[in-house]
Amino acid sequence: MDELTGFVTEFGYVALGLPFVAAVLAPLLTRVLKSHSTWILALAPLAAFLIFLQGVFEVADGTVHRWGFSWIPSFDIAFSFRLDGLSLVFALLVTGIGTLIILYAGGYMKGHRDQGSFYTFMLLFMGAMLGLVIADDLITMFIFWELTSITSFLLIGFDHTREKARRGAIQALVITGGGGLILLAGVIAIREFTGLNSLTAILESGDALRDSPYYAMILILILGGAFTKSAQMPFHVWLPNAMEAPTPVSAYLHSATMVKAGVYLLLRMHPALGDTTLWMTILPAFGAVTLVVGALLAVRASDIKITLAYTTVASLGLLVMLIGVSSETAIVGATLYLIAHAFFKAGLFMVAGSVDHGAHTREIDRLGGLGRHMPLTFLAAILCALSMGGVTPFIGFLAKEEIYHALEYPTAYHIAILVAAIAGNALMFAAAFIVGLQPFVGPKPAGIEHPHEGGLRIWFGPLVLGVMSCVAALYYGLYHELFSSPMASAAYGEPVAIDIGWIPHLNLAFALSCLTALLGIGLYIVSPRLRSGIASSLDAIGWGPDRGFDQLMRGLVRFSFKVTGIVQSGRLDYYMTTTVVAVVAAMLGSMWWAGAFPTVPAYPTNIHFHEYIVLGLLLVGLGAVVVAKNRLTAIVSLGIQGFATALIFLLQGAPDLAYTQFMVETLSVVILALVMTKLKLSPSDHRPLREKLPDATLAVLVGLAFGLFLLTVVQRPFDDTLSQFFERYSYAIAHGKNIVNVILVDFRSIDTMGEIGVVMVTGLAILALIRIRIAGSGRREVKSLEQS
Amino acid sequence: MELALTFATAVLYSIAFYLLMSKHIIRMLLGVVILSNAVNLSIFINGRLTTIAPPLIPSDLSVPVDPISNPLPQALVLTAIVIAFSFFAFLLVLSYRAYQDLNTDDTDEMRVAEPKEEGLPPLGY
Amino acid sequence: MNSLILRFAAPYLTALMALFSVFVLLRGHNEPGGGFIGGLIASSAFAIYGIASGVAPVRRAMVFHPVSIAGAGLFLAVISGLGGIAVGEEFLYGVWWFPTFMGTELHLSSILFFDIGVYLVVVGTITSIALGLEEKGRN
Repeated sequence: MDELTGFVTEFGYVALGLPFVAAVLAPLLTRVLKSHSTWILALAPLAAFLIFLQGVFEVADGTVHRWGFSWIPSFDIAFSFRLDGLSLVFALLVTGIGTLIILYAGGYMKGHRDQGSFYTFMLLFMGAMLGLVIADDLITMFIFWELTSITSFLLIGFDHTREKARRGAIQALVITGGGGLILLAGVIAIREFTGLNSLTAILESGDALRDSPYYAMILILILGGAFTKSAQMPFHVWLPNAMEAPTPVSAYLHSATMVKAGVYLLLRMHPALGDTTLWMTILPAFGAVTLVVGALLAVRASDIKITLAYTTVASLGLLVMLIGVSSETAIVGATLYLIAHAFFKAGLFMVAGSVDHGAHTREIDRLGGLGRHMPLTFLAAILCALSMGGVTPFIGFLAKEEIYHALEYPTAYHIAILVAAIAGNALMFAAAFIVGLQPFVGPKPAGIEHPHEGGLRIWFGPLVLGVMSCVAALYYGLYHELFSSPMASAAYGEPVAIDIGWIPHLNLAFALSCLTALLGIGLYIVSPRLRSGIASSLDAIGWGPDRGFDQLMRGLVRFSFKVTGIVQSGRLDYYMTTTVVAVVAAMLGSMWWAGAFPTVPAYPTNIHFHEYIVLGLLLVGLGAVVVAKNRLTAIVSLGIQGFATALIFLLQGAPDLAYTQFMVETLSVVILALVMTKLKLSPSDHRPLREKLPDATLAVLVGLAFGLFLLTVVQRPFDDTLSQFFERYSYAIAHGKNIVNVILVDFRSIDTMGEIGVVMVTGLAILALIRIRIAGSGRREVKSLEQS
Repeated sequence: MELALTFATAVLYSIAFYLLMSKHIIRMLLGVVILSNAVNLSIFINGRLTTIAPPLIPSDLSVPVDPISNPLPQALVLTAIVIAFSFFAFLLVLSYRAYQDLNTDDTDEMRVAEPKEEGLPPLGY
Repeated sequence: MNSLILRFAAPYLTALMALFSVFVLLRGHNEPGGGFIGGLIASSAFAIYGIASGVAPVRRAMVFHPVSIAGAGLFLAVISGLGGIAVGEEFLYGVWWFPTFMGTELHLSSILFFDIGVYLVVVGTITSIALGLEEKGRN
């Protein structure tokens, strides 16, 4: 790790830990302070925001902060973090917008029964997202990546009594969590094939990844993670369905955080993976389709929150498309648009929530005339909508100008992308004003009663974001110097200076902006007709990825049900037979495969008469166990084979074993007799012959397998180093002359400790089982009494 | 003796698994006891049977001079015997209790955990 | 079991076996024997006593509940292991000292206490299993 440099790295862990600490405190604080707890909880992201803000000047000068520690050295995994232009801007967005969102959530969730756990989930998500954007080590990044999936599952399904919320949550988890696993495969591929284990290493590796023979595989795996998280067609379905979550969740997850994680990954990897034919084909293709389809669906939706969700899908398509173009101006356009989008989209989602709060509906057809009653919300909405529409002087304008600059080349490739960009932007322009303007103007429909402004926390957030969208554009010099240029430089891999300002110059890009705005205004006017037109054509198609997801999930359940039925028949003798077959196959099969059969031994001549007797006794006992017709015979013959085993130990120089075996056999017979006399069980075999024969064959095979195995082992040379060690040092260092006992209580005493622990636990379990019976039968008696 | 004992152990394994494949809990329990004997003998044989002198150091010496039997497998088997016994006692009580509750010792009829008739799980969310 | 001879002989037999088990335990470090074997001998003694005279006299004779004895054994084993740490070595490192008591040199060690712990765990656990089953068998 590098040495700690500066304020940010010293407080890096603090900044990352703050949301998690606040998450733990949230339920407690909320129980005491009700929704006012958010005033305190919001201090956590605010403090983190200020810590990161300290680093802005250094990072703008090109410093890269790194901190962390080695986590799993044997796998070369570190818990490490990296703060450069790209991650810093993301960290600021996550914590800055996070502060406003936590406050907003306090106003929005006021009086909700489970608001405490809601704040916990929000803050957990925030911590996960923060960790994701500042992580350096690839595995660390993956862990935070999946943490965002899990926490977003909790957030989307927060209203878990409704089936739609549950479905949205599961869908998000399956798609983004599954994508995370694909990303993990990509991360492992990178680590395995190139040995690069952190983002820093990747960014310093130059063309290593691009030149790798596995480039295509790595790229597709990484894109699998990014596209699912950033809702590219056809994985976009989870995003609109996630609108089942309370609005603060949508405002946070679908503006600056969750969905941007994929875009973050693409920007992050761009210097190492980008600028290849494959990159410049796949990304614009997916992005353009997502942009146009998303924008069309946005205009089609009648619920303003769903409209916003689809514009998010479209915006993500636009970003992916631009990153795919891979040129300097395109990356600049993408970074500018990303920041602008985070501001206006978070603002507009909060506005949608305020409208819902004030007018109790989100259906665009039933909204209107709210401007007089909710002036502050209206102001915030119009500011955000202007930024989203790309009107000057807002940062959305800067972004749009830069995007058109990036695409003004007379090649078919650029023109195709440009057409998609204009179409998508025009549709999004219309959508912006459908959400930001339409509910506030015109006559008030009859259904709305007493529309009212929410509290300070409700209108504060969107207003700040709307105003900041304008201020940042007005002071564009400072904005570029501190935020957008360092971010674009990190994403492009070379220093980039952005100079686009809010004052329009008469050039092609501005003309295209005007064209977009005009188209957008036209679409806004015809939007009701457009909506029904798209709706009817969608109905004509009748199938979409959303229904496909349901079919997939149902198919999975059916499939696993069938497989379970086959694999887990519920019959113990099947399981037993399967196990035995597997054992035989593994033992005989591996011996056959390795050709390691033992040599045929000569008939032994050195066996004494008494040894024959003992072995004979063992076999007689065994035979008697099998053919025993009643309990007593079975127990006694079991005892005979046990004592024969003990005698074998005694004759082979193991007195300790023999004594132990004697005692254990005695006790076994005693407790068997105690239990079995109480059971009306028949120990004799009721298997019909057609079952007995295969079982017997298998049993013989098992015996053969173990016999051959033992023969093979015995025929090999014996390594007695360890035994020699014990013999030599038993008395010398452990002062004991019974070597077996010395091994047990001295050399390997920690094993023995574990073992007596096991014995003790078994004893407790047995006692519990004996006692439970009394309670269980008691309950049964009560039940039968009640029934009679 | 090694060879003869290997043969005996193979027979132990055969009988143990034959009993384990039965459907009757009591026979399976008998199989478990025999199986633990078989495993213990396997470990014992793996340590080689070279001499019948127990692994003790003569009282007037600090290192054994004459060959003694291998102490290591004996230490392993000694703990294994005690563990196997506790395990057996647990299984015995468990099947005893299962018999008290279910009134059968036939594993085909013990289907509390995996009932025979089980419909498709719910397909919704 | 209703054998008069057994019922009469059981207490003495048990006492003898219990004494023998302690002997086996203590000689274990140098001769065949040790905590496991000693513990098993003692618990079969108690089991036989239980079969002969019923569980209640055994419980009275043992004073403590068998599970408490097992727990104390585990505790003793862990404590004896701490002896090693006390002299700056690993957990369960054997510490020896050879005091002279009435003219005889004694061989005391943390290992001995560990083995006593093993003995107590085995006695407690197995006796509690046997007694539990015997109790069950009677009612």
